[in-house]
Amino acid sequence: MSKGDLSERRKRGFKPKRNWPFILVMGIISSTYILLIVGMMYADLTFTTPGHILEALKSEEIQYATKLSLITCTITMLLSLVVAIPTGYIMTRYNFPGKRLLDAILDIPIILPPLVIGLSLLILFQTAPGRFIESHVRITYTVYSVVIAQFMVACAFAVRTMNVTFSQINSRQEEVALTLGCSKGQAFWMILLPQTKNGILTAGSLAWARALGEFGPILVFSGATRMRTEVLPTTVFLEMSVGNIEAAVAVSLIMIFAGFGVLMVVRYFGNIGFFKTID
Amino acid sequence: MLSVSKLSIRQGEFSLQDITFHIEKGKYAVLMGKTGCGKTTIMEVILGLRKIQSGEILLNGLDISRLKPSERMIGYVPQDGALFSSMDVQSNLGFALRIRKWKKEEMAKRVMELADLLGIDHLLSRKISGLSGGERQRIALGRGLAFYPEFLCLDEPLSALDEPTRDEMYELLLKLKKELNITALHVTHSKKDAKILADQIIKIEDGKIV
Repeated sequence: MSKGDLSERRKRGFKPKRNWPFILVMGIISSTYILLIVGMMYADLTFTTPGHILEALKSEEIQYATKLSLITCTITMLLSLVVAIPTGYIMTRYNFPGKRLLDAILDIPIILPPLVIGLSLLILFQTAPGRFIESHVRITYTVYSVVIAQFMVACAFAVRTMNVTFSQINSRQEEVALTLGCSKGQAFWMILLPQTKNGILTAGSLAWARALGEFGPILVFSGATRMRTEVLPTTVFLEMSVGNIEAAVAVSLIMIFAGFGVLMVVRYFGNIGFFKTID
Repeated sequence: MLSVSKLSIRQGEFSLQDITFHIEKGKYAVLMGKTGCGKTTIMEVILGLRKIQSGEILLNGLDISRLKPSERMIGYVPQDGALFSSMDVQSNLGFALRIRKWKKEEMAKRVMELADLLGIDHLLSRKISGLSGGERQRIALGRGLAFYPEFLCLDEPLSALDEPTRDEMYELLLKLKKELNITALHVTHSKKDAKILADQIIKIEDGKIV
């Protein structure tokens, strides 16, 4: 149609609304948030110098905290997946009385204030079964308590992610597998699980990142003892409390890079072939 | 021979009562009815994917109504194929044999035989994504036939296909009928499917066989 025809048509009456104001408003709102995130990072970066970061990295305490953080986060991530995969499977593939209640219970660690989780854990280990465990393996104020504190929160996020992952996968393929001779277990391992690789990757990285940032429950349940139960968020807290803001910021940056690094690795594996679900 | 007698199925508000029909050995039956009338439910009950309240299902004289799906020896071709998306075509075809722990050579031989029969030799090493609707249905058929089932269930196998592909599938199904002498139940709402394929037509209306 020529230009002349178009203006002729517009003159004749209906003129649809323009699109750009809508897109502009959406764009402005979302970019404000992104700007805030980037602004925070930039402020951190300009507040410190490479010298400060190097100094922080050289400190024995901070090296210990970094190591402990990385190890505990990885253990927490694996534990969370071990729990989240069966939980998500049961919650999405079966119907049973009390399912709604269980679903709500699984959300409790997400809604509870972190400090309350720490306090509740501390009290749990004061009860008879808790004390029985403590009499064999000391949990409170040890490295074990760090993992438990991280796990309590991180696992809830992994469970949520696995729930969504499983519920988005139609059960038809598993049903076909059953008719072909599979047991429920075989159908799970051979048919369902390979389709959830991306979901597992997301759940794992989410759990890892949550664990890295966990502070409240660890402070209460594990204490903040240098060279013992000190993880990176504890370091930030300890350095800040003695007025050493530079070191606190330097450690914060280490955490930002670690977290960002994990996210990038996950994105990378998520995009290339072998972690991608087909269809 | 498959005989279904006095089957009653309830699922929330929806219920099917007193469903009775027989399919003779070697006959291709077409189960017809409107969308939502419970055709697929009946098929799922025969396959063991859904529980029944009462009644029984006999397959070649054996009461299978309380057996697990894996014990029933019934091949299943679902509507959209539902091919195993994490495997390639030949793994899909050989899946039932892998579960039955067949030897590798025998499995490969059977897969080749099926691929030949269904005209999908050229697809064996392909992934599932990117296959056409007709190709998917052929593979789903092969996967369901691989373990020599005593009975075959086809759930609207042709409804998502375009006209020329559907005609090809009619030819293929007629060929399978003749060569394999399979006993089958084909669920559909298409009169054309019934006219071309059926040895026997079972109609369902308002939750009852008519």
